[in-house]
Amino acid sequence: MTSRSIISQLKASIMVNAIYAMINYPIVLVSTILAPFSLLLVITFISRGALTPIAIGGALIMTMISSGTSLQQDLSHLKNDFKVQDMVVSSPVTAWIYLLGMSISELVYALPALVVLTVLAALYVHTSAFGYLSIMGVMLVMFTFACSLGFLLSTLSSDVVQGWAFSGIVSTVLSALPPVYYPITYIPKPFQIIAYLSPATYAAQIVQNVTGLTSFSPTTIEIDWVVIIIVTIIILTLAVKRSKWRED
Amino acid sequence: MTNMEQLTVKGLTKEYEKGKRALKSFSLAVPAKGIFALIGRNGAGKTTLIRILSTQLSPTSGTAQISGLDILKDTDALREIIACVPQEGRAVGWLTPRQFLSSYLMWRGFTSKEANLLLEKSLDELGIKKYADTLNRLLSGGTKRKVLVGMVMASGAKVIFLDEPTTGLDPISRDELWRTLVKLKKDHFIFLTTHYLEEAEKLADKIGVVEDGKLMALGTMAELRRKVKYPYSVKILSDHTVIKPRRGELIKGVDGHYQIVTTEKEAGRISKQLINRGVKFSMNPLTLDDIFYYIVRKPIEAENYDQQEYY
Repeated sequence: MTSRSIISQLKASIMVNAIYAMINYPIVLVSTILAPFSLLLVITFISRGALTPIAIGGALIMTMISSGTSLQQDLSHLKNDFKVQDMVVSSPVTAWIYLLGMSISELVYALPALVVLTVLAALYVHTSAFGYLSIMGVMLVMFTFACSLGFLLSTLSSDVVQGWAFSGIVSTVLSALPPVYYPITYIPKPFQIIAYLSPATYAAQIVQNVTGLTSFSPTTIEIDWVVIIIVTIIILTLAVKRSKWRED
Repeated sequence: MTNMEQLTVKGLTKEYEKGKRALKSFSLAVPAKGIFALIGRNGAGKTTLIRILSTQLSPTSGTAQISGLDILKDTDALREIIACVPQEGRAVGWLTPRQFLSSYLMWRGFTSKEANLLLEKSLDELGIKKYADTLNRLLSGGTKRKVLVGMVMASGAKVIFLDEPTTGLDPISRDELWRTLVKLKKDHFIFLTTHYLEEAEKLADKIGVVEDGKLMALGTMAELRRKVKYPYSVKILSDHTVIKPRRGELIKGVDGHYQIVTTEKEAGRISKQLINRGVKFSMNPLTLDDIFYYIVRKPIEAENYDQQEYY
C-alpha cells in the first residue's frame, strides 16, 4: 500500500462522512455550528458572564466528545443500514485507515463550530501559551478516547436500535453527568462522586484550571492527566483487540 | 487447471453463537472464471459462505483459496482482487452515484482522478450516467442495484461476490442486470447467490445447490439435469394425495407437496388418473426448480403413507 493510496483512502472517508454530506445538505453546517453553543449560552446567561471562559473550555471538550459519539452513530449507520462496512472490509482498506479517515471526517464536520469556539477562546479565555497547549492536549486525548469508544461500539452493534442505545448511554456518561460547562463544586456531593466516574470530568478540571477561574492542586491536575490518558489507552486497546472488522 | 484459476473450499464450518451451524464441512472446487451460482433456500448457508469467502466473516474451521490465495493467510492480497455487494447492501442515500463510486474507488486506493475516469466508464456501460448526480435515495430500486454493480465493475477486482443481486427487482430491471452480468463475466469471476433458480439457469456456467449448510450438488445445468433420471415432473397440489408411479420416483418437495419425476408416458398415465379423481396437479418437462426440489428432497417416511389417500 503506497502513501498515495493511504491518502486516497483517508480522503474517501472524509468525503463520504463530511464533505459530501455538507455539499448535498447545507443545513448540516448550521446544525454543526449550533450544537456546542446551547449549553454555553445557558451557562453564560445564568452566570451573567462569570463562567463564560469555563463554558467555552467545556464546549471545546464537548465538541471533541460529540465527534466520537457521532462517529459511533455514523459508523453504525453505514455498517447496518447500507452495509458499507462489509463492502469496505472486502477491499484493500484496513480497519485503522478506515477508522482514522472517519475520525478525521468528524473533525471536519465539527470544524465550523471549532473555528467559532477558538475565536471565542482567544477573546475570553486569558491564559498562557502553556495553558492553550494544555487545552489542545486535553481536546486531542478526549477526541482519541471518544473515537476509539465510538469505533468499538459501532463494530459491536448489529443493528441501528442497538447503535442508538449505545449512543444514548455514552452521551449520558460523557455529556450529561460530568460538570464540563461549570465547576464540579456547583453540583451536590453525591453527584460529584458519580461525576468522577466519567473521564470527561477529569478533562474538564484540567481545562477549568487553565482558565484560572477554578483552582486545583498540581497533584490533582497530574492525576487528571493520568486518568484521561490511561482511560484512553484502555479504550484504544479494547478497540484494537475487541472490535470486529472481520467478524467472528 | 492450476490453483491460480480455481476457487477451492475445504471443509468450511461456521458455528454461530448459540450453537447454530450455518455451514457443515462445506467443500467445493470450481474454476474461478465465468459465473458460479449458489442456489438454496433462505437460511441454507449461502450468505454465510459468501461472507467467509469475501473475508468479512471468519470460519469456525476449514479454509478456502481463491486464485491461489488463502482467505485466512493471504487476506490482504486477496482483498486487492475481490469486491463484494452484500445481500442488503445499498448505495449511501445522501450521496449521488458519482460521489458513492468515487469514494468506494478511493477506499480501494485509487486517486480521485483515477476514480473519476473509472466511474465514468462504469456508469456509461451500465446506462445510468444520466442519474450520476441524483441522490441515491431518489433512484429506483433497479438503478440503485446498478449503482452497486457499477461500483464493483469499476473497482478492477477480478473476483466479484454478489449476494442475491436481483432480489426485489422487477422483471425488466432484473433482465437489464442479467445482461450486465453476462458482459461482466467475460473478464471476471462472478460468485453469486440466488434463490431464483431461473437466474442461475440463465447466467451460471456452474451451479451449486446448498441445503442446510451442505453442498448437495454441483455442476453445469446439463450435469444437474442428469442427476434426475426422468425428464418429466408431475406435482400434486392436493395435500392428501399420493400416487406411487410405475416408473419414476416419488419425492416430497420442501414445500410439502408430493412430486413425481417420471417418463413422459407415465406422466401422461398419472395425469389421467389425477384428472379422473379431480385432484389438482401440474405437469411439465423437468425445470431447474424440479431438479432443485429433487436434490434437496426429504425422505418420505412410511407412516406418512398411512395417513394419506394412496392410489
